[in-house]
Amino acid sequence: MAEAVAVKAGVSRFDLPQVLKEAALAAFVAFLLALPLAGLHLTAGDQGAMVVETRWSWVAIGVVAVFVGRLLLAVLRAVRPATRLSSGVAERGRQRFAAYLPYAAVAALIAAVALPFLPFSDRYIVDLGTTVLIYIMLAWGLNIVVGLAGLLDLGYVAFYAVGAYTYALLGTTYGWSFWVCLPVAGTMAAFFGILLGYPVLRLRGDYLAIVTLGFGEIIRIILLNWVAFTGGPNGISSIPRPSFFGLPFTRRPDEGEVPFHEFFGIDYSGEHRVIFLYYLILILALITNLFVLRIRKLPIGRAWEALREDEIACRALGLNPTNIKLSAFALGAMFGGFAGSFFATRQGFISPESFVFIESAIILAIVVLGGMGSQTGVVLAGIALIVLPEIAREFAEFRMLVFGGAMVLIMTWRPRGLLSHREPTVRLAPRGKGAG
Amino acid sequence: MDYFIQQLINGLTLGSIYGLIAIGYTMVYGIIGMINFAHGEIYMIGAFIAVIGFTLLEMAGLGFVPLALLVVLLASMAFTAAYGWTLERIAYRPLRGSFRLAALISAIGMSIFLQNYVQLLQGARVKPLQPVVTGGLTLLESEGFVVRLSYVQIFIIVLTLVLMVGFAAVIGRTALGRAQRACQQDRTMATLLGIDVDRTIAIPFVLGAALAAVAGVMVAMYYGVVDFFMGFIAGLKAFTAAVLGGIGSLPGAMLGGIVLGLVEAFWSGYFSVEYKDVAAFGILILVLLFRPTGLLGSPEVEKV
Repeated sequence: MAEAVAVKAGVSRFDLPQVLKEAALAAFVAFLLALPLAGLHLTAGDQGAMVVETRWSWVAIGVVAVFVGRLLLAVLRAVRPATRLSSGVAERGRQRFAAYLPYAAVAALIAAVALPFLPFSDRYIVDLGTTVLIYIMLAWGLNIVVGLAGLLDLGYVAFYAVGAYTYALLGTTYGWSFWVCLPVAGTMAAFFGILLGYPVLRLRGDYLAIVTLGFGEIIRIILLNWVAFTGGPNGISSIPRPSFFGLPFTRRPDEGEVPFHEFFGIDYSGEHRVIFLYYLILILALITNLFVLRIRKLPIGRAWEALREDEIACRALGLNPTNIKLSAFALGAMFGGFAGSFFATRQGFISPESFVFIESAIILAIVVLGGMGSQTGVVLAGIALIVLPEIAREFAEFRMLVFGGAMVLIMTWRPRGLLSHREPTVRLAPRGKGAG
Repeated sequence: MDYFIQQLINGLTLGSIYGLIAIGYTMVYGIIGMINFAHGEIYMIGAFIAVIGFTLLEMAGLGFVPLALLVVLLASMAFTAAYGWTLERIAYRPLRGSFRLAALISAIGMSIFLQNYVQLLQGARVKPLQPVVTGGLTLLESEGFVVRLSYVQIFIIVLTLVLMVGFAAVIGRTALGRAQRACQQDRTMATLLGIDVDRTIAIPFVLGAALAAVAGVMVAMYYGVVDFFMGFIAGLKAFTAAVLGGIGSLPGAMLGGIVLGLVEAFWSGYFSVEYKDVAAFGILILVLLFRPTGLLGSPEVEKV
């Protein structure tokens, strides 16, 4: 063992001239990249015409940073030679980790239920919790499509939008209540899922990704331009708020209504609704989670996983890929629609700006970072991707920059995500025995 | 009829731009079978460098337009090509052995990164550019409607043609092009025959970026504005053009670009400007439905 390490260390010996050469090359490329965009800044001059000002210090900083970074990387690689954990050790570690997961999930659930009543909780934290749960629910819905069925959907936000607009339009024009609209919104979104899925699901992986992206854009453009129906860029405002079994959360209710605080004999507080919304999305998200966990064990769920692993084998076994994919697409869309109608009722105002591509990218990033197919991973990734940027508010302008960079790095470093769960739910023979 | 001709000219101009961007998609797809999602951003960077370059030359007092054009074109191509190379090196090469979606997600990440990078460095506001080439030819004039072919449009269409012919020659007749085609057909075999595969794969990124930069220069001159978000929709449409023409095929990318440009111009001319993007994406879906290999593509056979 020691010998093997020594040999490996000998191979990746630190070769200073070579390393310096590489770092110099990297610095030169950095210079080329930084020169036109960082070094020259296009700005409006005194007379209103555009002028270019120079920022040589920015270029210098960039070049030096890249040079030093490249050197450090080389040093790091030399100091820590290729003594990766052998796959057995890593596997055992993962299994031990996986054994704790159910306990972690229960603990997380208790924490989520208790959150509004914890001593440090205020309106802001409960609101943030609601946002995180919306994304987690969306990611769980998308997980059906991406994680289980292995179809890359870049236009998931379209279904979210369909759900939101369904509720907003029915609620504002016909005065339908949230509880009636919720299933309608889900059905509408599922219908759109089938509408899009039917023609395009024959396509292979990345074609499908682009077409779904195009579909997401189409929906957004229609929402933006069909002013008579959707309100166009102004969106829809004063969307009705949900009630607690018919008890509204208002200080002064309409004629004949008993508000929540009067019914329970407590003082009015604006926080009641915030906490109610929090529990509402928590329940919706948990239903999504339960649904996904259960459906994985049904024939359709197994068919999704089988299709993800090998489409041709599935065809050979007589499964109809189109129907299977379509069901995954429709169900994923349905949960997107649920989340959308919740979003509409929570915000009270929606406009096409809430449904841009970047939202799809964030939801997808949560699924991918969580390890496609892992329900617990989605929770971790959701908290990481929504809460961290919120904490680092002062750096808000760097938020998306870091976000994009992190997506690249995670794919390079751990392409299977934090908690990868590509294990099929069933196996013919126990691990290591049988035909293996 | 006059209106028709005018839209035809506009469509051809737009189509040339789409075609040039589409070549980048089609080449990368041809050689590593992957959608270079960040290619639209590369084009956006090319357009930014063009505006910066023109403004800089104007400040320096270089009044001779053809020279200024040449300088800006070359500078934009060179710097943008550096971005293309770096993109491949950072976001795609480490992932070459990984599964397909990993590379696509990395590319999406890179696209978001580059957009925000340019926004941070150059600001979020739209950058205007004074018209570099003005004037044009009046082709037809009747009943108050004038069909115009501006010099910028001539420049765009002619330069696109020249670049296409030159490019086809490079791929078809040089050692570099042969290496490209060899890697496209069988990467392992190409390695055995002594082709540096890493370098051969980097080349489409560099060349594609250079062509996208030309498209960026053209767009900056044609519309007179650039912003950090322009690459997203343009990239999506150029990809549509590549698929329409048959992804992996160079003449296909050009043809697809022209067809898409014409569709868009006529759609905006006769139906509605607001929904021109819907028309473009609708075409993408229709093509994938009825002719997934595109107009000039060859069918893809999946081996088990």
